[in-house]
Amino acid sequence: MPRLSQLMIRTALLWLAIGYSLGGLVLLNKGLPLLPWLWTLRVAHIHILLVGWTVQLACGVAFWILPRLDARGTRGDERLVWGCYAALNGGVVLGALHDPLAALATWPGWSVLPPLMGLLYLLATVLFVIHAWPRVVSFRALPRPARD
Amino acid sequence: MYTQSRYFIRTALAYLLAAFMVGGLVLANQGLAIDGRIGVLMPVFYHLLMVGWITQLICGVALWMFPPYSRERPRGDERLGWFTYGALNAGLLLRVVFEPLHSWLAPPWLGWPLALSALLQVLAAWAFVIAIWPRVKRRSAGK
Repeated sequence: MPRLSQLMIRTALLWLAIGYSLGGLVLLNKGLPLLPWLWTLRVAHIHILLVGWTVQLACGVAFWILPRLDARGTRGDERLVWGCYAALNGGVVLGALHDPLAALATWPGWSVLPPLMGLLYLLATVLFVIHAWPRVVSFRALPRPARD
Repeated sequence: MYTQSRYFIRTALAYLLAAFMVGGLVLANQGLAIDGRIGVLMPVFYHLLMVGWITQLICGVALWMFPPYSRERPRGDERLGWFTYGALNAGLLLRVVFEPLHSWLAPPWLGWPLALSALLQVLAAWAFVIAIWPRVKRRSAGK
């Protein structure tokens, strides 16, 4: 498994643990009302698990497992996937912070966060698609590269 | 595919069916207005799909296909995987049963099964992370 896949999969696992913990607090609060503010974690829970966990895991595994580009085992331009990693996680952090912050303090600046998050998600997906597209190919008779 | 992964993946498939049965009922109710109480099943549908199907399928496939922990113990400590399976499914089933009841009937004691469901699902997620973390690595010749 290449280093970049390890990073993406481990980050996805961290988001899994955080997202379930936040979801657990929301469900706990639904059953046994403790703090109304906990309900604001619901959107964070959704962003973290849908994008931070599921999408990021898929990208990390795809980067590892999709066919290589040549007999040396080249995976293409890794900078695109690094950019995807940064933009995707930046978007998740903004998505996780927006509702709780907006509930805690009134400030017009918070309204910038959702469109910025949308741009980061868009950038992440564009970069990943550009990277992965040429690797979606039929089986070819290439010498087997070293396993990792 | 080894036994633990088969359990995860077959249970995930069962949840896929269950999710779309519930989702179909919710959609039918939106179109035909069968009974107003059916609307509260929407979060049950989401969680059957995202926890029961997607997350459980990922767990089963990852435990099966990720690089081995070591030559002697390729899957590491399998008890963590079994704990994940038990806690995830017990937590989800508690939610599926008691979340609608909590919305429909609203006696305070029905909050406790939801709290237990939350705890079980959180523990399941952490147990899975602990189980799979050391297997996110470069495939080694032997350890």
